[in-house]
Amino acid sequence: MIDNKAERIIEVRHLSKSFGDHEVLRDVDFSVRKGQVVSIIGSSGSGKSTLLRCMNLLEKPSGGEVLYHGKSIRGEGFNLQMYRAHVGMVFQQFNLFANMTALENCVVGQMKVLKRSRTEAENTAMEYLCKVGMDVYVKAKPRQLSGGQKQRVAIARALSMNPDVLLFDEPTSALDPEMVGEVLAVMKDLASSGLTMLVVTHEMGFARDVCDRVVFMDGGVIVESNTPEVIFTNPEQPRTREFLARILEN
Amino acid sequence: MPNAQSGFFEWVFFFVKTYGTLFLQGAGTTLLIALTGTIVGFIIGLGVGYVRAMPCEREDGAGRYVLLKIVRTILGVYIEIFRSTPMIVQAMVIFYGMASVFHINLPHLLAGFVIVSINTGAYLSEIVRGGIQSVDPGQQEAALAIGMTYGQSMLNVVLPQAIRNILPALGNEFVINIKDTSVLNVISVTELFFVSKSAAGTYFKYFEVFFITSCVYFVMTFTVTRLLRWLEKKMDGPDNYAIHGSQSVPDVELIGRGGERID
Repeated sequence: MIDNKAERIIEVRHLSKSFGDHEVLRDVDFSVRKGQVVSIIGSSGSGKSTLLRCMNLLEKPSGGEVLYHGKSIRGEGFNLQMYRAHVGMVFQQFNLFANMTALENCVVGQMKVLKRSRTEAENTAMEYLCKVGMDVYVKAKPRQLSGGQKQRVAIARALSMNPDVLLFDEPTSALDPEMVGEVLAVMKDLASSGLTMLVVTHEMGFARDVCDRVVFMDGGVIVESNTPEVIFTNPEQPRTREFLARILEN
Repeated sequence: MPNAQSGFFEWVFFFVKTYGTLFLQGAGTTLLIALTGTIVGFIIGLGVGYVRAMPCEREDGAGRYVLLKIVRTILGVYIEIFRSTPMIVQAMVIFYGMASVFHINLPHLLAGFVIVSINTGAYLSEIVRGGIQSVDPGQQEAALAIGMTYGQSMLNVVLPQAIRNILPALGNEFVINIKDTSVLNVISVTELFFVSKSAAGTYFKYFEVFFITSCVYFVMTFTVTRLLRWLEKKMDGPDNYAIHGSQSVPDVELIGRGGERID
C-alpha cells in the first residue's frame, strides 16, 4: 500500500548529472515518503547508482535539486554532515572501515558526528549488530569477515546513526550467490519494521515482494514508476516490459 | 699502543679500547639525528602530503581555491628542490648560507637536525601522498556518507590506513637516514663518521677504524629494521579474533593457527 499522505522525506526535482559530455541523469523527478520502501531497477549504466550518490552529494548534481524535509540540500546554511548522518548509505562494496573492528565501525560515526558518549554509542551499535546477527563478531576486523557478514555490519553501521531513510546501492551485487540470502533477509526484516528505504537492486524478487513502489530507469531517465504489481504484471511502457522479459528470463 | 709490525686485529682492539666511548657517542649522535630527522620529517610529510592530496575544486570558493593552489605550488617547489639536490650539498648551502647571508651561526648539531628533517620531509611528503592515494576511495566515501567532515574522514579512516601502508617506506627512510647522516661530517657534526675520520687520521689507520665503524652502522640499522618489522606486526593486530560471548551462540570457541584456544 502506498500511503500518499505520509510526509515526503526526500524529494528529487529535475535532477540532472553529466560527467563531461556524457549525460548520466536527465530531469529525474521522484520522492520518498516516510515508511516507504522504494526500489530502483534498470540495466547497468542506466544511472541508478549515480542518482543515489547524488542524493547524499557523493556526486555533485549538475542541475535540479534534492530536498530533505522540504529544504534544498545544497542551500545556504544547510548542514550537510547532519543530513548525511540522517540519510544512511549501504554500498555495493561494503566499504567497512578496514582499520576498525566491526564494533568500532558502528561506533565511530555516532561519536564523531552525533557526539554520543562511548557507552551510548556502543549500546546502540550492539543493538543493531544483534539485529543483523553480527553481535558475536564485534571484535573482528573486516578482512576476517565474509562478504555477507561485512554487508550486515555495514547495514548495522548505517542503522546505528538512527537514520530517517537508508539508501542501498546494489547491496547484494558483490556477494557470492549463497550470501545474497542472508543480506536480503536482513533487509526484508528492516522493511517490515517500518524503516524508509530506497534500494537500487538487481534482485527482482526483493523489488516485487518487499517494496511499495518500483522505479524503472533507463538511459538516465525514469521510464516508469508504479506499484510492484503493475510493474511486474502489466507495465505500461514497452521498455519496462523488454527489460523485465530479459532479466526474468535469466 | 701497537707498532708498525702489529696485525689488523691488534689495531682494531686498540681502537675499540681507546676510542670506544667516542665511537658510542658518535653512534648516539647519529641515531639521535636520524630518529629526530625521521620523526620531524614524517610530521612535515604528513602535513604536506595531506595538503597535496586534498580535493580542490573551483566551486568550493574562489579564495580557498587560489590559496590552496599557491600553497601547493610552494610545497611542490620545496619537494622538487630537496629531492633534486644531494643532502651533502644542502648541508653546505644551509649551514654556510645561514652564516654568510643572515649572520646566524647555527650550532652544528641543530643544523644537522634541521637539514635531515627537511630533506626527509620532502621524500616522505610524496610517500604520504602515495599512501593516501593507496587507500580505497570507498573508505572515505563511507566516512563522508555517515556525516564525517573531510578532516574527520582523513583523521579517523584514511590516514590510519595510509600510515600503515607506508610504514615499510618509513622504516626504509629511517635506515637511510642512519647511514646518510654521515654526510653531516662536512659541517662538523660529531656523528659516527666524523669521529671515525678523526680517530683514523690520527694514526693513519683507515681500514682498521672504518671496519669498526661499518660494524657499528650495521648493528644500528639491523636492530632498527627488526624493531620496525615487529611494530608492523603489532599494528596489524592478531590474525585471529575472539568471538564475543553471546547467548545465541553459547559454545563458540576459536582455535588459533597454533592450535591454542583463543578467548
